[in-house]
Formats: sequence, C-alpha cells, structure tokens
Amino acid sequence: MLASLEGAVTAATLALTAMGLSLVFGVMRVVNVAHGEFYMLGAVIAWFVSTTLGTHPAIGFVGALIVAPVLVGLLAAAADRLILARINYDPERTIVATIGLLYILQQSTLMTFGPDARPVEPPFNSRIALPWWRQGENGLEMFYPWGLATTSYKLFIIVAAVAILIGLWVLLTRTRIGLVMRATQADREMATAFGIPVERVYAMVFGLGAGLAALGAVLIVPVQQAHYLMGADPLLLSFIVVIIGGLGSLPGTIIAALLIGMSDGIISVFFSPTLAKILATLVVAMVLVFRPQGLLGKASA
Amino acid sequence: MTDKTPTRAPFTRRAALATLGATGASLAVPGLLPGLGGTAQAQSGDPIKIGFQVHRTGIGAAYGRWYDRTSQAAVARINDMGGINGRPVELVSEDDGTDPKRGAEVLEKFANQSNCDVAFGTLFSHVVIGSAPRAAELKLPYFVVSEGHHVASGMLNRYTLQPGITDVKSQVIAMAPFVGDNLGKKVTMMFADFAFGHDHRDFFSEAIKEQGGKVIKMIAIPPTETSFTKYFPQIPQETEVLYHVMVGPAVLTFVKEMGEFFGPSRPEIFGYIDSLEAVSIDSPGLEFLEGTYFWEGNPRYAQTDQTEFDKAFREAVGVDDSGASITDPADVSTYAHMFGCWETLNVIKAGMEACNYQGPEDRQALIEAVEAMTEMPASMDHPQGDKLFNGKTHQVFGVQYISKVEDGMLKVVHTTSIEDGFYPDEVDYTTQPF
Amino acid sequence: MTAATRDAALHLGVLTLLAGLWFVLPTYHSGNLARIMVLAVYAMGYNLLFGYTGLLSLGHALFFAAGMYGLAIAMQQGGWSAAPGFLAGLIAALVVSGVAGALALRTTGVAFMIVTLMFAQAGYLTVLYFGAITRGDEGFVIPQAARSLAGIDLTTPANRYFAALILFGAVFLGLAWLVRSPFGRTLIAIRENEARAKMLGYDTHAYKLRAVILSGTISGASGAAYALLFGYAGATFATVQYSIFPLLWVLLGGAGTTIGPLIGAIFMFYLIDLASGVTDAYMLIAGVVLVLLTLFAPQGLAGTLRNRVWPWLP
Repeated sequence: MLASLEGAVTAATLALTAMGLSLVFGVMRVVNVAHGEFYMLGAVIAWFVSTTLGTHPAIGFVGALIVAPVLVGLLAAAADRLILARINYDPERTIVATIGLLYILQQSTLMTFGPDARPVEPPFNSRIALPWWRQGENGLEMFYPWGLATTSYKLFIIVAAVAILIGLWVLLTRTRIGLVMRATQADREMATAFGIPVERVYAMVFGLGAGLAALGAVLIVPVQQAHYLMGADPLLLSFIVVIIGGLGSLPGTIIAALLIGMSDGIISVFFSPTLAKILATLVVAMVLVFRPQGLLGKASA
Repeated sequence: MTDKTPTRAPFTRRAALATLGATGASLAVPGLLPGLGGTAQAQSGDPIKIGFQVHRTGIGAAYGRWYDRTSQAAVARINDMGGINGRPVELVSEDDGTDPKRGAEVLEKFANQSNCDVAFGTLFSHVVIGSAPRAAELKLPYFVVSEGHHVASGMLNRYTLQPGITDVKSQVIAMAPFVGDNLGKKVTMMFADFAFGHDHRDFFSEAIKEQGGKVIKMIAIPPTETSFTKYFPQIPQETEVLYHVMVGPAVLTFVKEMGEFFGPSRPEIFGYIDSLEAVSIDSPGLEFLEGTYFWEGNPRYAQTDQTEFDKAFREAVGVDDSGASITDPADVSTYAHMFGCWETLNVIKAGMEACNYQGPEDRQALIEAVEAMTEMPASMDHPQGDKLFNGKTHQVFGVQYISKVEDGMLKVVHTTSIEDGFYPDEVDYTTQPF
Repeated sequence: MTAATRDAALHLGVLTLLAGLWFVLPTYHSGNLARIMVLAVYAMGYNLLFGYTGLLSLGHALFFAAGMYGLAIAMQQGGWSAAPGFLAGLIAALVVSGVAGALALRTTGVAFMIVTLMFAQAGYLTVLYFGAITRGDEGFVIPQAARSLAGIDLTTPANRYFAALILFGAVFLGLAWLVRSPFGRTLIAIRENEARAKMLGYDTHAYKLRAVILSGTISGASGAAYALLFGYAGATFATVQYSIFPLLWVLLGGAGTTIGPLIGAIFMFYLIDLASGVTDAYMLIAGVVLVLLTLFAPQGLAGTLRNRVWPWLP
C-alpha cells in the first residue's frame, strides 16, 4: 500500500514533466532532449528563491512555485526563437541543438550552483503514521509499526499535481489559447492560413512545456534535492511515458505516468530491485514493440 | 582562480628547434598540434610536475572540488618548505569528467604532453581502474586516492599505489567488532548496487560473522533510483542494526526517507558517511539521525581532543571546526576522504626525497622507495592519524573513526586500531617486473 | 577520373595519411589518434544505420558494450586469448543486435528511438546486476600480458596505433564499398522513401534488420577493440551517454558520408581536449559549438563540404 502511495508521488511529478514533453512533441513534432535540464533548472531556481527569501519555508516555496516555471518558460521560449525556429524544427537538427542546450544548461548550473545536492525545506511536513493491528496477548491490539507512514507534504504533491493537470486541461480545451494550440497541432499550414501566428504559438508551447517540467521539479524538490545532474532520469522517464501514452495524447500521458510510476514500486516487491528495474524496462519496451502507437494513440502513429 | 591550467615548461633552445621541426613536418594537419610538449629535459630549477586527475564535472564533482582545494593547500605547504629536492612542485590539473575513458586520456596527456613526473588523484573507482592500465603502459607512477579495494586486490599493476587512504575492505573489517559488540548482531544492509556497495556487502557480512553476528537481509538499491521509500518495507522487523552505504546525489533523499519511514521506533542505524559526504548534518529532514552512528575516515567536526595536526590541516585547507568552508558555512567539505590527497602528496615528496628523484628516469626508483615505506606516524604530513604502508599490496592502513550524532554534531565514540583492519595480502606487486 | 577510382583514391588516401601521421605526430597526439580511430569505427557502425538507412537509434551503447564485455569476459573469466576473445565480442554484438533489431524494428520513428534507448538501459542494468562477473560500474582490467594478438604485444604505442588503423581501415573500406553496392543503395532508398522501396518489391524489413545487425556488430567490434587496446571494460560504456556520442560524432562529421564519422570523432575529441585546457567549462563550449553547428553547418562538416565543394563525396 505504501509502495503504491510512493508510486503515486512519482507518477504525479512525472505526469507534469511528461505532459510538458508531450505538449512540445504533440504540437511541434520535435524531441526536446534538454527537457530534463529545464526540470533541473526548476529545482535549482526553487533553491535560489527559497534561500534568498529566507523567511518561512512556505513563502519561499510559493515564491518558487511562481518564479521557477515563469523563468524557465521564458528561457525556453527564448531558446526556441533563437535556435529552434532558425533550424526550422528539423527533427534531427533539433536533437543535436537540444543536446547542445543540455550541455550549456548543465555546465552553467555547475559553475553557478555548484556540484552539491542542495535541499529545499518543504513548506510543511508532518509524519502521518498509520496504526496497524496484530494478534497480541490481549487479543487484537493496535500499534504503530515501522514504515506505515507517509508525510503530509507527499500527499500535497499528489493533490497539487492533479490540480495543475486539471488547470492544464481547462487551458487546452476551454480557452482560445488551447484552441490555437490544437489547431496548430492538427495542421500547421492550415493554421498559418487562418492567420494563427504559428511561430509565436511554437515559442509559447515550448515555454509552457519547459515550465511544466520546472513546476514538477519545484513540487518534488523538497522531497529530493536540487542537483545539477538531476535532469537525466526525468528525461528518460518522460520519454517513455510520452511514447507509451501515445504521442500527443494527453490522457494517455497521464495513464502512462501512473502505470510507470506504480509499476516500478510493485515489481520491486517481488524481485531484487535491480532485476525489477530491468524487467520493468523490458516490459515497457515490449509494450511499445507490440503496440507501437502507444496505449491510447491512434493506430497510425 | 588558483587552479589555472599549467604553464608549459620553458623550452630549451634545442627542444624548441626540435619542436619547430616537428611542427614543420606535420603542417599537413594544422590544428592538430596545439601545445607541443616537446621532449624538454628537466633542469634542476624546473618544477616537479604532478599531474592531478580531478573530478571537476560529472557525478564526482562535489568530491573533486574539495580534493582540489586540499591538494592545492598541500602543494602550497610543500613549496613553502622548499619544494622537493630543492625544486618547486607544480600541480597540473585536468578534469577527468568522472569518466574512465577521459581518465585514461588525461593520464596520456600527463605523460606525453605536459611531461608530468607522476600522476595522482581521483576518487571514483571506475576512473582509477580505467586509467591504471595506461599508467603501467606509460610507465607513469599513479598515486590514487580512491579508497577502493582495487589496488590491494591485485587487479592493478606495479605503477599504481594507494598510500594516502585506507581501502574499503580494511575500513569495513574494522567496523564489524564495534557494530557487533555495541549495536546488535542481526544486521540488515542497504547499499548501492555498485561494485562499491558489493564490497561492503561481501566484506562486512564476512566480518560480522566472525563477531557472532549475522546479516539477515541485504537490500541492493539500483543506482538510478531517486526515491527509496518503497525499499524500506523489506527491512525485517527483527533487525537490530541497519547498515547503510549509498553514494551519489540522491543520498540525502535516502537518509531523509529512512527517517520518515522509521519515525520514533527505529533500530540502531550505522552508516558510512559517504551517504552524507558534502551534506550538512543539520539539513532539514535529518533530525532523526540524532543518536545514529557513522563511519568517518576523518572526523568532520573538530573533537575536544583534536590533534594539533588536524587543527593545522583544517586551517591550511580552509575548513572550520564543523567541517565546512571558512568562507561559506553552507559549503560542507568531503572531510572523511580529502585528507587522503594531502597525505598522498606528502608520500610522493618523501618517496622522491628518499630516492633523490631527478626526472622521469627515476620513476622506478620512486616506486621502490615508496614500496619500502612502512610506518607513517601521525604528523603534519599525516594529519588523519598513524598509518602503516604495505609495500607488497601498495595499500596503506590507518585508523578509522566511528562517530555518533549528538546535538546535531558528529562525536567520535570509537577509534579503531590499525590492526583491526588487517587482512591477508592478496598480491605482491614487488615481484612484478616494471 | 571515374567515380570508382576517385572513391578509391579518397579512401586509400585517408588511410595513407593516417599511416603517415604515426611518423610525424608527437606521442600524445598519435596516442589520441589511435583511440579516435577505434571510436570512429563505432561512429561508422552507427552511421550505417543512421546516415544511410535513416534509423535513429539511441541505444548503440548496448552493442558497443556487448562487444566490449564479450571480449573482456571471455578473456578474464574464460581465460581465452585475444583472437578468440575478439571473435566472442563480435558474436555477442551480433546476437544482441539481432535480437534487439528484430524487436525494435517493429516500431518506427520516435518509438524506435525510445525502444532502442530502453534496451540499452536494460543492458546497462544487466551489467550492474551481474556485478559478480562484471564488477558493475567499477569494471575490471584486462591484464597487460594477455593483450597480444598472434604474438604481437598490443600495448606498445606503435602496435596499438597500427592495430587500430587496420581495424579502422577494414571497416572504412568495407563500408565505402558497401554503400556503393546494391545492398547499400537499397538502404539509401529506404532512407529516402521507405514506402517507395517497398512498392518496388524490396523486403525493407529484412534490409533494415541486416543494417541493424551489421551496424551493431561493427559497433561491437569497436567496443571489443577498445577493451583489448586500452585494457579496461566498465559499465560506463553502456550508459546513455555512450549511445549519444556516436550520434554526435556522425552528425558533426556528416551523416551519410563515409569520411564523416572520422572527422566528427576527431573534431569532438580535440574540441573537448583543447577547451579543457582553456577552461573548466569545456562542456559549455562543446554545447555552444553543437548549437552553432546545427545553425550553420546542418549537414555536418563533411556534408557541408559535399554541398559546397565536392559534390562527389561518397
């Protein structure tokens, strides 16, 4: 049970990060290898904000929640205008360019933020222990065993991620911006013909995608730490989630995030952890091999 | 910046001419020939060059930074005392990217381009093991500060030595009596599923058996893991001692989640400070560590019975009494390991003086001189404590510290003897040809 | 000059130049070049799949590592000598790429990238899982005494250089011939338009599978040669980073050119080596250069040459 709760925390941040990647992929049809670094930047900025404000952790946290995604989003949009737009979103060149971007962001962070993992204090954090019952001398007795506990902050992550995802869904389906994005996704030429400023939409999508990654990182950083190499794992996992979920399919992305987040914890109950990772990786790969369009993708992906 | 790239050795006229010739001959490939080292012979006023492999980037960067500071301080001290054999010492630093391929390339650069006399440095075992074969082929003495068992296991070669830091096998064996006698007999181990973690697993379960104890469960954590809570339920309820050793940037998460998992009812916890190297003990979420035990290679907090050597060492490197940088108290050092750089450089100095080292032609004599070393008493050259060097296995053995977290500080509660960490020799490098 | 003689002149000229460089380059640079040639073999293997067949794999480290461990484990655990050890490396890479290829080729495009990436990740974890044999991340050394081939000690600089050159030359000439052969032309046709190649009656799946296996085996040859010549095998070489390297080398040098992989590997090596002499932030410089190259030389160095100067470049 605890494993599934942990899985849900992983899934929640993963869903946000992967959603960013999925949006970029869905609308712009490019693979952003630097996505993990935007995630990392989100965590690092959260650390800077909370240490500069330095008062109550909650203020720093709220500050980071606003500042980090906005800054990262702006940076990403600038990168889009300066680099990606100029290479015309050619898929291969975009991969190289974003690998270059990855190096630049990573090294700049190493030089400014340093090589250490730095913790950010959660805005609130209390250990919630759950009781359990066992057959004792006086019949059934209640006790608090090891481990049957979680923290309030972890529950908050799940709630917050769900709220943000709902917000995103509203943005995409109920607003003009969302409509414009979906139109661009469906047919770029047609969108241009209808006077949609496709270039600006692209920059916005790229920024929004990076911002979502940063947001996921701000949420998770009080649990983990900010570190300049932290972007690699979320990048790999997001990739997997996006593909499994079906390219550009947002509900698919969420389901896949849940699946990946949960499967890891559950398989590891049965096997040695490293073997579990190997199996989980292969299972996911096999899903792709035998259902290349992803779980919810349309047949012709 | 103190760690600038090295200035090149001044050319002699002949070498310069030879270099010009070589450059002329290879004009066909312009751009391929930056900074020809040439074959300049060392002159008596020339510096002794020590090539320093350092983890500036990659996963080892937190260690690399402090290894760098410690080494710079040690070289400054050596130069203040008149250098080695009357010659100044120059540290030629190159980033190895914490990568075994780049590590090997860096050694080649030391030997063939920057004309270093010896190579030195680095922590991560894979970089050491990836580089060591090249050291033997280049006939370049390679002094490592890695604490891995690779040197003493006989896997490496006559040119690779570890005279500044005790290897992990010895450390672990020395811990078992304390754990068995004071903390409990039923041990659960949690370790990174790395060779480093496997060394702990194998050597400790062996050693605790001799103490009448038993490892009842081993939990290997995949190195790519970032969240650990799902592993804690595997800890058996009858566990008396939890032994943890993790490395990498996620260690703080590990320790924090361990605290959240156990809450107030925890077993005794014994860990390697590697799990918290470069991390402040008073980081948020670590309060539960109060009362738990750590191995320390060198006590991070200045103890009440601090030696004058430790005091002077801290001062020279720029570390305060709580093991953090003097200029930034949030910048915690890798205190349990970095003394090894300081001591290794002093061993290089002592070895070069013993064999009256003049230049690369004396490299074998240098290795023989170091192999002949035995006792290294605690001193300004060896501020961590007494040591005994085993010339056959190329490995040094020293005292180890066990500290308990009290009032948010690490207090040494037990110091092992050197003999606690002895094990039978597994190799005799002195019988190998150069 | 006919196209065939011009091709031959170019490729033999490159090899002659490389052989001649041994006599003029100072030790440090000839040592580097030996390593670069071994890695260029990896890049050429990658280029066959990516540059000529149009399949972008993010998991080639799996094949490189299969070759490396095939040789290293056979020599270390099995006590084999170098020649059968090298063969074991090739076979390991052949088998792994056959299985991985057969599965991964059921997908296309980005899904192919991800599946290969995940296979490689599983391979990396497998190396760690069998730590008792592989020593996991730490890796192990292949003893200097064992590293000789037919009585020739491969650990001296000269022998290493020429062993690397022979391997490089064999693959270089072999691929130059291959891409001009009907098989190679079919691969290019698949890259340009798979549907059309299919319509013309080619069994494109079989061609692609053969390309993956050949590409994987060449990559494995590079991994085995690296272990043999430099004496070390470790899990680092199975990480994602080592899957990305050949992609970078090939893209920098010029995808779909025979000479591109070598140029890319040389360029990247010296970019990092020189930059690291100037500043610690050499990855920053590497990043900026990558971005600039995509902006201004999108076909890679050799590709740009082909576009601007020598349209005949193979």
